[in-house]
Amino acid sequence: MRPIAALRRWQPPRAAKAIALALACAPFALLAIDAATDRLGANPVEAVLHRTGDWALRLLLATLAVSPLRRWTGWPWLLPFRRLLGLAAFAYALLHGLIYVVLDRGLLWDDVVADVLERPYVAVGLTALALMVPLAVTSTRTMMRRLGRQWQRLHRLVYAVGILAVLHFLWSSKLDRLEPLVYAGVLALLLLSRAPAALRARGRVAGSGPCDTRS
Amino acid sequence: MRRIRIPSVPSSEITPRPVWEDRRRFLRAAAGGAAAALLARPGQAAVSRPGRLAPIADLQETAHGKDLKPTDYDDFTSYNNFVELGVSKEAPARNAHLLRTRPWTLKVEGECEAPGEIGIEDILTQFPQEERIYRLRCVETWAAVVPWVGVPLSLVLARFKPTSKAKFVELESISDPDRLPGQRRPVLPWPYVEGLRIDEAMHPLTLLATGCYGEVLPGQNGAPLRLVVPWKYGFKSAKSIVRIRFVEEMPETTWVRLQPDEYGFYANVNPKVDHPRWSQARERPIGEGLFARRRQTQMFNGYAEQVADLYRGMDLSRHY
Repeated sequence: MRPIAALRRWQPPRAAKAIALALACAPFALLAIDAATDRLGANPVEAVLHRTGDWALRLLLATLAVSPLRRWTGWPWLLPFRRLLGLAAFAYALLHGLIYVVLDRGLLWDDVVADVLERPYVAVGLTALALMVPLAVTSTRTMMRRLGRQWQRLHRLVYAVGILAVLHFLWSSKLDRLEPLVYAGVLALLLLSRAPAALRARGRVAGSGPCDTRS
Repeated sequence: MRRIRIPSVPSSEITPRPVWEDRRRFLRAAAGGAAAALLARPGQAAVSRPGRLAPIADLQETAHGKDLKPTDYDDFTSYNNFVELGVSKEAPARNAHLLRTRPWTLKVEGECEAPGEIGIEDILTQFPQEERIYRLRCVETWAAVVPWVGVPLSLVLARFKPTSKAKFVELESISDPDRLPGQRRPVLPWPYVEGLRIDEAMHPLTLLATGCYGEVLPGQNGAPLRLVVPWKYGFKSAKSIVRIRFVEEMPETTWVRLQPDEYGFYANVNPKVDHPRWSQARERPIGEGLFARRRQTQMFNGYAEQVADLYRGMDLSRHY
């Protein structure tokens, strides 16, 4: 079952990051081409709103998949891609929010405020986006170094972001809940895959006294 | 002296007033049509025919919505909610060919003296096919303007002689899980059921549509026979109807069964009563591009003058 161990020592080529960045930008490029060539359908605002939201969520789940995948495969080179994926997810989420405020609501701030206050799915989506801001800001190597242990604690917020984002999608769907439920399932798997490590870590802390019999 | 005899005409030979008026209208329309063809005056042009499907024969133009600008045909026929043909907006157009529209029979039964059935061809030939341009407002906040062709529902229903016990009508849509991809999953409890109060069903604005844009209905828009109730959210206007039942009790309609707190039996367009998850104050006309603004939604979708009396004394925030 273990994937090829040889890949553990594989060195991704220098261009790997650039290729990954290009891939992450591809959905946006396709969206821009569709917009420029009038291929967004009868309700283009809804189309760009949905497509940016879909990609924000997909990239967020991809970000959350990096660590479990690395643990499972033992491929250390996966880790550097996590920041890129996370920042891409943030970029699409930000775009999604901007499209909602500018194109969908036409910058009618009363409408936006009323939406946030009265519609749970809007509030939940906005919260998810807001929680992503500190993560994006502290994603640099410098911030990572400066924050030390705090960095990891702060970045656990990404789990909350994932849960809120899936909830936002579920609550905004009118009828067909299949797609949001698939994302909910993937998110549940990704969170569960962390449980053993988290429990071990807790055990280490709780059992770190003199009576610790764990090896 | 010979007495002048006033000829007595049997009543059966008297041309009914609507037909007589129609003849005049026909002559006027023919003359106007010839003139229009010569002059092609902009702003007065009839609804343009897309030339995709069979035209409706003997179509009669009416004054309904002459001031409205119809949505582009391609936009209206590519962005549809017709779950029987698939859940996305694009799927119904893609799967429309799976809908078999001939032969098609509408059964009418329940609390009426003359239950029976009528074929689509008879509906097309025995009733006037009126063109009426109506606003359409979806509960999801998008909107369109559609030149429907159809028969006032009251004309068809009258033929089956509803009794005084007929307080409501229940409309049932097609059931064909072997062919319709959306009916293979229990996304909705099938078949789709809608309903109207009898006075709503008999209201002169309520249309049993056979076409749009001068041609027969495309599958994705509810061919071959659908309801159009322009002052209610679109989901009330059931598509591909196979059965109408006169009933005494308020029918349990599909969306009410599914989510009674979000969708009501009346579903009148009302900018002041929000859907629990979104505001109904504004609407987005489809086919107007990425930068088109939403506009204010009108009470009863702009038909308040004609229909507000139907709901006098009712608390519309409770009977949503």
